[in-house]
Amino acid sequence: MNQLLNLPSGVEGKDLPALLKQMWLIRYFEEKVDEFFAKGMIHGTTHLAVGQEASAVGAIAVLEDRDKITSTHRGHGHCIAKGAEVNRMMAELFGRTTGYCKGKGGSMHIADVERGNLGANGIVGGGFSIAAGAALTSQLKKEGYVVLCFFGDGASNEGSFHEAVNLASIWKLPVVFICENNQYGMSGPAKEMMNVEDVAKRAEAYGIPGKIVDGNDVLDVMNGVGEAVERARNGEGPSIVEAKTYRWKGHSKSDAKKYRTREEEQEWRAKDPIARLRSILIEEGLLTEESADQMKNEAKKEIEDSVEFAKNSPMPTRDDLMEDIYA
Amino acid sequence: MDGLRELTYLEAVREAMSQEMRENEDVFILGEDIGVYGGAFGVTRGMIEEFGPERIRNTPISEAAISGTAVGAALTGMRPILELQFSDFITIAMDNMVNQAAKIRYMYGGKGKVPMVLRTPAGSGTGAAAQHSQSLEAWMAHVPGLKVVQPSTAYDAKGLLKAAIDDDNPVIFYEHKLCYKTKSDVPEEQYSIPLGKANIKREGRDVTIVATAIMVHKALEAAEELEKSGISVEIIDPRTLVPLDTETIIGSVKKTSRLVVVHEAVKRGGFGGEIASIIAESEAFDYLDAPIKRLGGKAVPIPYNPDLEKAAVPGVDDIVLAVKEVLNRS
Repeated sequence: MNQLLNLPSGVEGKDLPALLKQMWLIRYFEEKVDEFFAKGMIHGTTHLAVGQEASAVGAIAVLEDRDKITSTHRGHGHCIAKGAEVNRMMAELFGRTTGYCKGKGGSMHIADVERGNLGANGIVGGGFSIAAGAALTSQLKKEGYVVLCFFGDGASNEGSFHEAVNLASIWKLPVVFICENNQYGMSGPAKEMMNVEDVAKRAEAYGIPGKIVDGNDVLDVMNGVGEAVERARNGEGPSIVEAKTYRWKGHSKSDAKKYRTREEEQEWRAKDPIARLRSILIEEGLLTEESADQMKNEAKKEIEDSVEFAKNSPMPTRDDLMEDIYA
Repeated sequence: MDGLRELTYLEAVREAMSQEMRENEDVFILGEDIGVYGGAFGVTRGMIEEFGPERIRNTPISEAAISGTAVGAALTGMRPILELQFSDFITIAMDNMVNQAAKIRYMYGGKGKVPMVLRTPAGSGTGAAAQHSQSLEAWMAHVPGLKVVQPSTAYDAKGLLKAAIDDDNPVIFYEHKLCYKTKSDVPEEQYSIPLGKANIKREGRDVTIVATAIMVHKALEAAEELEKSGISVEIIDPRTLVPLDTETIIGSVKKTSRLVVVHEAVKRGGFGGEIASIIAESEAFDYLDAPIKRLGGKAVPIPYNPDLEKAAVPGVDDIVLAVKEVLNRS
């Protein structure tokens, strides 16, 4: 099996079926959120990562528990992969006190600092230097953890990208910058917004490795990120890993997707990362059709339960408004 | 007090950091040219020799990255002190201070904290012109989640900096360049001045002046001058804008019935407007015998020419005149 799957050292022992389960949880979570937004049952905005489950799950699968992540505005998948409870995530989107942020953060700010999720971020490119700072703590305190910094193709055009990657490279910080290149920064096609095809190529400017992986193949993501994490943990500094992928849904809830074609969308839907892992696991004898379906149903049930949990959770009171501003 | 000796403001800032770094391994400094060069104004001079390059961390010229790095380090257990060479450059660090540092705790529902200090020299008077002379503290005071400190003396600088480093929140610590060479008696041992406690610099009966940073010194000079004409001035230095010691200011205005507010920052939208409004909304309003007078910088970029530069910000004469005006109106 290992030979066929070509997993990096240290990853062989991973529970691959559990990763499929996580991907299903993400898929159902996102679809449920989409449905509720459409019905007006939750307010504000949200950015869904349907179709991008493999980059979140694969990248985080190679981490140790003590490792940390910074996430993006499209961050639900990262949270789930880092072990967040879907009940508390859904409650957050419903604005309830049982949510990760007591209903004060919403979709774009889910964080679980104690478990190493340093937070989603509403500012594009906002996570780069925060990740570098967390990696600096690891280096200064010799804590041995690695920070995985998720970002998109659009964020790589922010000045914060250049400054933070340069800083991380000169200090050899234990951070891996993982680009989920889903081809569009909101409506801006990556190919129109930068003069290179690959974000990974930008690594050269900082004297660090840049690697491209198939973002819809969880095993390839694990492979590429695993290598970069190992390098970071060994004190050899940061890398950029670019996962080529695609978001099936629009940028946020109000997107008519006029900037791309149905054909293109269909092409990418055919590369469904969940279907791919599922068939590999069945082929490898790690799952049967039945156990795979059962797993899918379990995931669906967990998300439905999370909705019940959220709906039955208390709303904050106005007394809570001015709490939590200062430590 | 034992071990009292005269230090400059600059030395007091350095001593506060050194003493804290000896006590607490989690404290470190990052900034541009703070290593062997000793920082743009020499505040960290000699520190790299004692603490080494890991903890006196020379950075690339990347204000956006170093501010965010401080946020990330603080969020994960360090207590970084970030030195920005000039407070004008806070514009480049703004996203990390305003959208990240200030908001993380609240956005995360009270979990996670960002104990960092951003120290930075502010103000005019050095001929550095428009991009190196501003006083932008009102911007920062406007943002919930940040604390804003403006010491005016060496004694205050040392005590307030310790309090800022020990604070579990992001603190913007403004050091006025013209204060760096001023001296006062400073105890050798560590001490903390609580954030949110104003200092009555001089007691008086006739007029209250609330002044910040270098304007505290100018107000003291003005008070000496006014005393010659029998005018008794009370001077309050809030020391911290956030949190603000409103009680002391209100109490003083109730006593004197007249208020002059003076800061170097541009008057329009400056923090003086906030102080004047607090008085107008408080019980002290009924005690006022004259309209409140605000003095602040003119609404102009700080010019290079030394005379024009002086004319752009309030001087001792302006303060003397303002006090006389509020007295004549009664």
